Amino acid sequence: MEIFVQQLINGLTLGSIYGLIAIGYTMVFGIIGMVNFAHGDVFMVSAFIALICFLLVTTVMGITSIFLALAIVLVVAMVFTSLLNWAIERVAYRPLRGSFRLAPMISAIGMSIFLANFVQVTQGPRNKPIPPMITDVIVLMDNGSYQVTLAWKQVIIMVITAALLGGFWYLVQKTSLGRAQRACEQDRKMAALLGINVDHTISLTFVIGAALAAVAGTLYLMYYGVANFADGFVPGVKAFTAAVLGGIGSLPGAVLGGLLIGLIETFWSAYFSIEYKDVAAFSILAITLIFMPQGLLGRPEVEKV
Amino acid sequence: MAVQTAETAPPAAANPVLGPAFKDALIVGLIALGLFGPLIGFETVIIDGALGLAYRPSLLAIMVGIIFFGRLLLNLTLWSPNRKPSTHTGPTLFDRAGTVMGPGVKPALLAFAVLFPAIAIFSLGGLNESRYLIDLGILILTYVMLGWGLNIVVGLAGLLDLGYVAFYAVGAYTYALLATSAPINDFFAGLFGATFWANWAFWICLPMAGIFAGVWGMILGFPVLRLRGDYLAIVTLAFGEIIRLVLINWVDFTNGGAGIASIPRATFFGIPFNAGPDGFAALFGLPFSPMHRIIFLYFVILALALLTAFVTVRLRRLPVGRAWEALREDEIACRSLGINTTTTKLSAFATGAMFGGFAGCFFAVRAGFVSPESFTFDVSAMILAIVVLGGMGSQIGVAVAAAVMMGGMEMLRNLGFLKQVFGNDFDPSLYRMLIFGFAMVAIMVWKPRGLVSTRDPTIFLKERKAVSGDLVKEGHG
Repeated sequence: MEIFVQQLINGLTLGSIYGLIAIGYTMVFGIIGMVNFAHGDVFMVSAFIALICFLLVTTVMGITSIFLALAIVLVVAMVFTSLLNWAIERVAYRPLRGSFRLAPMISAIGMSIFLANFVQVTQGPRNKPIPPMITDVIVLMDNGSYQVTLAWKQVIIMVITAALLGGFWYLVQKTSLGRAQRACEQDRKMAALLGINVDHTISLTFVIGAALAAVAGTLYLMYYGVANFADGFVPGVKAFTAAVLGGIGSLPGAVLGGLLIGLIETFWSAYFSIEYKDVAAFSILAITLIFMPQGLLGRPEVEKV
Repeated sequence: MAVQTAETAPPAAANPVLGPAFKDALIVGLIALGLFGPLIGFETVIIDGALGLAYRPSLLAIMVGIIFFGRLLLNLTLWSPNRKPSTHTGPTLFDRAGTVMGPGVKPALLAFAVLFPAIAIFSLGGLNESRYLIDLGILILTYVMLGWGLNIVVGLAGLLDLGYVAFYAVGAYTYALLATSAPINDFFAGLFGATFWANWAFWICLPMAGIFAGVWGMILGFPVLRLRGDYLAIVTLAFGEIIRLVLINWVDFTNGGAGIASIPRATFFGIPFNAGPDGFAALFGLPFSPMHRIIFLYFVILALALLTAFVTVRLRRLPVGRAWEALREDEIACRSLGINTTTTKLSAFATGAMFGGFAGCFFAVRAGFVSPESFTFDVSAMILAIVVLGGMGSQIGVAVAAAVMMGGMEMLRNLGFLKQVFGNDFDPSLYRMLIFGFAMVAIMVWKPRGLVSTRDPTIFLKERKAVSGDLVKEGHG
C-alpha cells in the first residue's frame, strides 16, 4: 500500500512532465498533420538553456532565493526555446508545405539529429549535474519501515503543470488566438478564406508547444538534476506515445496520456523490471497505434481522396 | 538559419537595395544571436566536481557575424529585388550532367569498385600499407548496401522505416549466436570433422541471416503496415529500440551489453585465412599475409552490394516492383486498382529487411565482435540520411551519397591542417551526425528529390527518355 501510494506520486510527477511535452506533439499534429520528430530534442535544448540560465543566475548574479531563481529560469527558458522552435518551423517545415508526403517528417528527423549533435558539439557529451535544489519532503505515511514522502519538488512540478494547463486551456478555448488555432485545425483552407492568417497561427502553435516543452525541460532538470544531449530522444518518444495514447490532436488527451504513461512507467519499474521500462513504453506506442489509432479521446480519422 | 522574406518583395526596377537588405540582415543576425547565444556563448564545464560556466564570446561573434554578412550578401546578390527572376525551368545543370554522363557512370564506378584493392595496393606500395584504404572501402560498401536495402523500403515503396538497424542487428546476432554456439559446433564436428563449423559457419549463416531478418521484417511489418506513413515511421523506430533494449537486457541469450566476442572469421569458401599448411596462403602458394582476408572481405561485401542492386533493378521490372512504385505514388488509387496494399508493402518491407540481415551478418564476420552499441538509432538515421541525400529511389545516388558521407568524413579526420585551424581536439567524426542532420533538412528544403534526381521510366513507349525528378509528382497523395 505504501509503495503503491509512493509510486502513484512519482508517476504523476513524471506524467506531468510527459503531458507538457505531449501537448507540443498533439497541437502540431492537429494543425499541420505532421509528427514533429524534433520536439523531444527541443525539450532537451530547453533543459540546457535552463541549466545555463540557472548557473548564470545563481553563480554570476548571486541570487540565493531558489524560487526567484526558478521563476527567472522558467521565463528565460520559455523565451529562448520559443524562439528556437519558431525558427525551426520557419526554416525546416514551412518551405515544405505542399511538398511530398514524407518530406516534413524527414526534415524533422534531420532537425532532431542536428539539435542533439549541436548540443553535443557545443556543450560536450558528458552528463551535466547540478546540485540538488529543493530537498525538503513531506512525510505522508509512515509505517515504521517505509515512508511515503511527497517531495516539495514534486509539489512544485504538479502545481506549475496544473497552473500552466489552466492558462493554456483558457488560451485555446476563450481567446481569439485559440479560436483561430482551432479553426485552422478543422480546415486550414477555409480558415484562410475567413481571414485567419494561417502561417501566423501555425507559428504560434509551435511557439506555444515550445514554451510548454521549456517548462517541462526546466522541471525535468530540477527534478533529476542532470542534463545530457541524448536526453531528448527517449522522453520525446514517450511523450509522443502519450499523445497517441490520449488521441493525437486532442489536448485533454495529451495530458491524460502523459499521466497514464508516467504512471505505467513508474509502476512497471516498481513491480516488474526497471530494465524493460522503456520497452513497456515503446510497446504501448506500437499496440495503441495498431489496435486503437484514434487513442482514448481522439476522433477516428477518415481518409479522403 | 536564414528566413526567406526577401523573395516576396515585388520585383521593381531600381528599388533601394542597401537599406532594406541591411535591415533584414540585422534582424536575422539578432535572431541568430538569440538562437546561438545560450548554447554557443556559454559552455557548461565541470570544475572541481561542480558545474561552472565558461564563456565563448568570440566564437559566438564569429557565428553571428557569418550569418549576418552571409544574409547581407545574399540580399544584395541572389535575393536582390532588382535581379531578374530566372526563367529556366528545364532540368538543372546537375541533372543534365547526369543525363549526359549517365550511361558511362555506372560501368566506370563498377570498374573502380572492382579494381579498388589493386589501385590501393599499387598506389600505396604494398599489402599492409593499403589496409586502411581497403578497410574504408569495406565500410563504405557496407553503407552502400544498407542504403540500397533501405532504398527498397523508403525509395521504392515509400514506407519510412526508422528501425532499419533492427534488421541489421538481427542479421549480425543470427551469425554471432549460431557461429559461437557449442551444440551446433559439436553436431557438425561429429559429422564432418572438428573444424567444419568454424570454416563454413559464415557461408551457411549468411543466407540464414537474410531469411531470418526477412521473417522478422514480416512479423514486425504485418501489424504496422496498415498505419499511415508517419505513424509507421514512429512504430518502426520503437521496434528498433525494443530490439536493442532486449539485446542489452536479455543477458542469458545475448550476453547483454558486453556483446559476443571471438566470432569465427570469414573463410575462402571453407579454406581459412591462416598461416597453417591448410590455409589460404599455403594452398595458393602465396606468402602469408593477414591482408588476404581483408581483401577477400572487400569482395564479399562488393558482391553482396551488387546482389542488392541487381535484385532491386530486376524487381522493379516485375509486377511487384511496379506495385511498390505505384503504392508510393498514390495508395488510394492502388487500392482502387485492386492491388493488395498490405502484401505489397509487406514484400517491400521484408525484402529490405533481408538485405539488412545480409549486411548484418557481414558486419559480424568482419568485426568478429557484436554488441548492442553498434545498433543504435544513429545508424538507422545515418542510413536514412544516405538514402535521402542520394535521392530516394536512385541507386547511383545512394551509392554516391554513402561514399561521400562515410568516406568524406573519414578523409576529413586525416587532414592535418584542420587541426591547426580548429585546435588539437578537433574531431570531425563528432560533426558527422551534425552535418547529416543539417543535410537532411537542407535537401528536403532545396532539392527534395535528392542530389541525383533524374529518373529512368520503368516502362516506356518507343524510346526511353530521362525525366527530371522535379517533374515527377512522387509520393504526393
